[in-house]
Amino acid sequence: MGMAAEAQYHVLAVDDSLLDRKLIERLLKTSSYHVTAVDSGSKALQFLGLLEDEHNDALASSVSLNDHHQDVDVNLIITDYCMPGMTGYDLLRKIKESKSLKDIPVVIMSSENIPSRISRCLEEGAEEFFLKPVQLSDVNKLKPHLLKGRDKESEPGINNRKGMEECHSHDKTRTKYDGLEVV
Amino acid sequence: MDGMTQLQRQWREHTAYLRKEGYLDDQFEQLQKLQDENSPDFVAEVVSIFFDDSEKLLNNMARALEQKVVDFKQVDAHVHQFKGSSASIGAMRVKNLCIEFRNHCEAQSLEECVRCLRKLQYEYSVLKNQLEYLFRLEQQIRAAGV
Repeated sequence: MGMAAEAQYHVLAVDDSLLDRKLIERLLKTSSYHVTAVDSGSKALQFLGLLEDEHNDALASSVSLNDHHQDVDVNLIITDYCMPGMTGYDLLRKIKESKSLKDIPVVIMSSENIPSRISRCLEEGAEEFFLKPVQLSDVNKLKPHLLKGRDKESEPGINNRKGMEECHSHDKTRTKYDGLEVV
Repeated sequence: MDGMTQLQRQWREHTAYLRKEGYLDDQFEQLQKLQDENSPDFVAEVVSIFFDDSEKLLNNMARALEQKVVDFKQVDAHVHQFKGSSASIGAMRVKNLCIEFRNHCEAQSLEECVRCLRKLQYEYSVLKNQLEYLFRLEQQIRAAGV
């Protein structure tokens, strides 16, 4: 038989905290979503086929890069805001700037309630901004965005490049959890 | 099944006690709701990650505060992370101490930071003991039930 006929939405979750990744995974799976969880923005872009990784031969051979997003069918991206290297905001911008990915709905999560941060993300095209810890009631809000994403036509993007606010430097402190967790 | 009922009652009472005393808040209950037959060890798994993270972060804070020239931004980064993970599992007392701690970091007050770290280490170890006791009860309940 071929692929499963049942349409299950595929959510890509991005968070550098293992604990928060486990939590968001469980919340999403409880809501019957298929989940892929990664620990960084660059891993997310790799998974989405946007970033070229010279060291990863396996990836390069199995996923065509540039604009072949149909190899990986992601219906929604939910990402933490504060991450070392690429922040959730940076990731959001890269996705919205990509011809192949810009229609994928993006949701931002943050532990800090900073109005300017929230409005900046929403202006950049994020569908929702969830305060951590994320609740089941938040995940329940995802459905309409997923349905919309399926039928969405391309719209002109509004890029407001306001100054980036400071995010905590976690480089030396975060344990590096390598690899993708496909659950 | 007298032993089973007693264990379950102990478990319920202890959870209620932890909530009442403010060790845990609603978020812990949310975690428990996410646990089911499909992921029967979810809470234990998440709490275990929390323990690992916490110990690492507390060490990092201690080391950072011992430096000749203290980098308060670095200390704050560790506390910020600890605040996040404690909030994620519902460890309210720990989380609130982190909030206090961050204020001292911002004020760059070494003495207050050191004092706060000690309080944090204490609260964390109390919480750890409480949760470990809770999980032991759970294990006993499961062993008695199957």
